[in-house]
Amino acid sequence: MSQISNAKASTLAPVAPTPPLASAGANWRGSLEAVLIPIGAIIVALLLFGVFCFSQGANAGGVFGAIYKAAFGSWYSFQNTLVRAAPLMLTALCTALPARLGLVMIGNEGALVAGGLAATAAGLAVQAAPPVVVWTVMMLAGMVGGGLWITIVGLLYYKRGVNETISSLLMNYIAIALLNHLVNGPMRDPASLNKPSSYPIPDQKMLPVLWSSNVHYGLIFGIIACVIAWVLMEHTTFGFKIRMIGGNVRAAKMAGLAVSRLGLITCFLGGAAAGIAGMVEVAAVHGRANESLAAGYGYAGILVAFIARHRGLPIILVSTLLGGLLASGGILQRQFKMPDATILVFEGLVFLVVLFSDSLYGKFKIFKEGGA
Amino acid sequence: MKINRRIFLTAAAALTALQVTSLYAADKVTMGFIYVGPKDDYGYNQAHAEGCAGVQKLSWVKGVEEASVAETTAVQETMRNMINLDGAQVIFPTSFGYFDPHILKVAKQYPKVQFLHCGGMYTEGKHPANVGSYFGYIDEAVYVSGVVAGHATKSGKLGFIAAKPIPQVLRNINAFTLGARSANPKATVQVIFTGDWSMPVKEAEAATSLINQGVDVLTCHVDSPKVILETAERRGIYVCGYHADGSKLAPKGYLTGGEWNWSKVYTDYAEKVKAGKSLMAGTIPHLVRGGLKEGFVKCSNYGPAVDESAKKDAEAAKAKFMDGTMVIFKGPLKDNAGKEIIPSGKEYKQQDLELESMGWLVEGVLGSTKS
Repeated sequence: MSQISNAKASTLAPVAPTPPLASAGANWRGSLEAVLIPIGAIIVALLLFGVFCFSQGANAGGVFGAIYKAAFGSWYSFQNTLVRAAPLMLTALCTALPARLGLVMIGNEGALVAGGLAATAAGLAVQAAPPVVVWTVMMLAGMVGGGLWITIVGLLYYKRGVNETISSLLMNYIAIALLNHLVNGPMRDPASLNKPSSYPIPDQKMLPVLWSSNVHYGLIFGIIACVIAWVLMEHTTFGFKIRMIGGNVRAAKMAGLAVSRLGLITCFLGGAAAGIAGMVEVAAVHGRANESLAAGYGYAGILVAFIARHRGLPIILVSTLLGGLLASGGILQRQFKMPDATILVFEGLVFLVVLFSDSLYGKFKIFKEGGA
Repeated sequence: MKINRRIFLTAAAALTALQVTSLYAADKVTMGFIYVGPKDDYGYNQAHAEGCAGVQKLSWVKGVEEASVAETTAVQETMRNMINLDGAQVIFPTSFGYFDPHILKVAKQYPKVQFLHCGGMYTEGKHPANVGSYFGYIDEAVYVSGVVAGHATKSGKLGFIAAKPIPQVLRNINAFTLGARSANPKATVQVIFTGDWSMPVKEAEAATSLINQGVDVLTCHVDSPKVILETAERRGIYVCGYHADGSKLAPKGYLTGGEWNWSKVYTDYAEKVKAGKSLMAGTIPHLVRGGLKEGFVKCSNYGPAVDESAKKDAEAAKAKFMDGTMVIFKGPLKDNAGKEIIPSGKEYKQQDLELESMGWLVEGVLGSTKS
């Protein structure tokens, strides 16, 4: 089975309840709980994966060693991890920000594609301008494209009561169909015969790599976006309002908050982050829009957001971790001759265990005020 | 504590093993193969994986493989890993979409490594000297499938399930139709485009709906013909395979099929590399193409349902391909809207560039390139 269809399947998994409304730092035991439970979950998933490796006749210790080496073992392999992590940071925000409102948004892939398409169109329109202008215009177009895409989902939810999870999932298919239509028709470069694509962004207008490594600017954008998201959600009155809506919509309405307006803004911001991911794919990797834009980063982003419990800073860490796991998938095939789906089994185990671990919050006395 | 120590030791051992392999690479030819899907898809990727298995029969070839590698930075990473960690001297990234920008980018970074891409996109002067491409004229084998299908059909209705209306796919649809109509001039081929390379659900739906409309021979051009072969067999109709041998999935209804013969192509390359030849020195040609005659493609063995007259016509067509006298696309030829596309007396040979940008469907095909 392909990676994408697997990722799609995982989105059908039961969804965890909205995280409790905890003000950060108020209770160190609570913070400790928020750190230790996900770490514990990942360790359990590692052990289960060890059992899987054993059942496949591979030495689990050797596999873990190889994963570590291929993901974090040297600067060379860490670059691979960072390249993989960059789009995940951005797409994760598309689930994480609306999650604070109590919405389960899984339209990340669609927002990425919409952002990538908008960025391509805008970039091609201003391709004669200096690079910095091209990048700025592409970035803004990507944000608007992705942002509006998720805002549509928000509008359907707030104005018409349409379930946001279903509609955002379906919007992914619409975005991909739109992409295929545009690159086969109006945006098609006639020279792209057997892989229909848009006209290319000129080489010298592409986003460069960082410090002559293989890592591109997407990483910087990802980290900045996550930090902004964290500050916005945890340390501003806007974030407090959003968390209040997520905690209790009625109470928020009673307090006079403009629930749907705040909700739509948050949807826009989430979509905009995924839109940047699409812009980076076009401006730093592919140089044009084509079917390769829908590579499954959006679906992987959902996983990241849930593991990071929808918090900005943990998203950076979790993306790096997951990026490392994905980057090490190859060595399992090349060195251990394990099937190509092995790394997806690992990803699936992590997702299930993390979802399950959500039910453990508040179950341990030790994390409670005055607990033993 | 115990586990930690074990991990540390095995990691250290793995590290040493890696260093040892890169030393070995000097007297062996290490070839890296990258596939976009799984190795056992009964289709495009399996055909290449069989090619890799074939070339590894040479004792001095070491093959490293990675399957299900997306057409993103993932494939750049895999190419670099194969070069840096496995010591690959030649890389075969087999999916069409790997070429631009991924192969081009990595090839510039590693000018001493040779990159051979399946698809024939190399342009001299535009692309790096260490890049080359190879492809097979599989429409020849598909034409032979068409001949057999034309004999097998009772309803005169054939079905073709295709991924996208791009030149490579249209060429196969047209070759299949021309083959079928050479045996049965009234035969029609209903085509359905699914829109993407791997859409098992849509492919099954398309197969079912074609069979319900009276189609009694199916074939396809998608990455994995698996569900189409299985659906045809279950419904008791005939089917022609594509990419790899699918007779196991349809033991009763399998007629024949167009298959790639990458073992031969990869073995040729391995021998050239061992002899010290290279793309950079110009001793390995940058563009390599071939059909049945050159052994790049082959036809599956006939299934039990193929009768003697079909075999006779199919063998005759094959023989003409083998001696080079066969031309699939020649005038007078009309498209399925009645417009003349090749005037009488004009012939397009397999290597003619006009065929590479094919945008039409020949008379006898029911369907449109506008999906």
